[in-house]
Amino acid sequence: MSVHEEFAEDLALYALGSLDGAERQALERHLEGCASCIRELELLRGDLSLLALTTAGPKPPARARQRLLSAIANEPRLPVAQAAPAFPRRQRSWWPALGWAAAAALTLLCIGLLRQNSTLQQDVASPREQFTDQGSKLEQANEVVATLLDPEAQKIELVASGSKPQPRGKAIYQRRNRNLIFFASNLPPLPADKIYELWLFPANGAAPVAAGLFKPDARGSATVVNPPLPEGEEAKNFAVTLEPESGSHESPRGTPVIVGVGE
Amino acid sequence: MPSADTNAMTSDLALVMAIRSGDQGAMTGLYDRYSSIVYSVALRVLQDTGAAEDVLQDIFMQLWRNPGAFDASRGKLAAWLAVIARNRAIDALRRRRPENDIEDAVVPIEHDLASEADRSRTMDRVRGALQAMPAPQRSALEMAYFEGLPHSEIAEKTGEPLGTIKTRIRAGLLSLRKVLAT
Repeated sequence: MSVHEEFAEDLALYALGSLDGAERQALERHLEGCASCIRELELLRGDLSLLALTTAGPKPPARARQRLLSAIANEPRLPVAQAAPAFPRRQRSWWPALGWAAAAALTLLCIGLLRQNSTLQQDVASPREQFTDQGSKLEQANEVVATLLDPEAQKIELVASGSKPQPRGKAIYQRRNRNLIFFASNLPPLPADKIYELWLFPANGAAPVAAGLFKPDARGSATVVNPPLPEGEEAKNFAVTLEPESGSHESPRGTPVIVGVGE
Repeated sequence: MPSADTNAMTSDLALVMAIRSGDQGAMTGLYDRYSSIVYSVALRVLQDTGAAEDVLQDIFMQLWRNPGAFDASRGKLAAWLAVIARNRAIDALRRRRPENDIEDAVVPIEHDLASEADRSRTMDRVRGALQAMPAPQRSALEMAYFEGLPHSEIAEKTGEPLGTIKTRIRAGLLSLRKVLAT
């Protein structure tokens, strides 16, 4: 698709915010139904952001930093996340204690999924509808992630009246992109020198694949997000075992704690 | 192995997620990482250190109050903040109420900006492209972008026909893209 030449100059001005009056209105009407011009507008905005980044100036004075720190100290928004390390970097990590690192990874996952969804829709939905839809889905995904992984959020499991909560897990696996999200609850506290391990059981009957070591929190909850997995592995089932903390974790040695029951 | 780009993006996301939890340390980290960009852009537009500091404060306070305004679909954080800084500074320059909410800014960008080294390389190319432009072309582009002037005002200011200004601006942007595509 190429941009409509009669709008090319106006698009450049529009991206700059320099188009006004009737020309602006005419272009906005055209953009309502022209995917190629909207795409060009996006590219122009991307190019222009680089123009903004070329401004090399002095650093802000120290007083500006102090001013901001005072302002945010006077305006606490939410309690500080419990036990959250300062700034962990992303890894295809399976360590559940990094609650908000997991949140970041999960956010990436959601964004990736939504982008794919958007790409697939590109040729069938009108551009405006597509962008609105993508925006609202992303917003929704962010809210879901924030709620799921907020350490302050209450996690209450409902069971049959009178029965004792049992260890449970839920694995959501997307083979195509090797994305795996696993939530567990009510896991018994770990004995000394033990650790839980998640396993993927391949559909072809091959040996189970290690899908992450984890330790639950004080309430028995744990999350595993995007452990390293082999490409294209179709899963028949998932299970969690209790393993010795030391030694090899490439094949199950310990006892099963929870096992998948299929979809 | 995740790319440097993925790492930087994640690291930015991790900071924003921590800010969502009210982590003031993460806010400081974000400020230390990007305040220079925001301040430089604001100063370039406003040519006034006090006013640029106000824009800087305003943008980071908005992020503190509403960190959900940034998500990765809006672009890379450095570019997103630079654009917000430019928009806010233009609003301040023209003494108008903020017209661009930070939640509305979407900056799709494909270039390497992950690390300072990546940014520096890309910026060198952009600066090279600007230097290579004919002066009237560069001037028209900069007046539109850094002064926020409508094309009619640029035409008036330079004494050039409206059509010429339009053509110059587009040609400037095209040459910028050409350099970035190589």
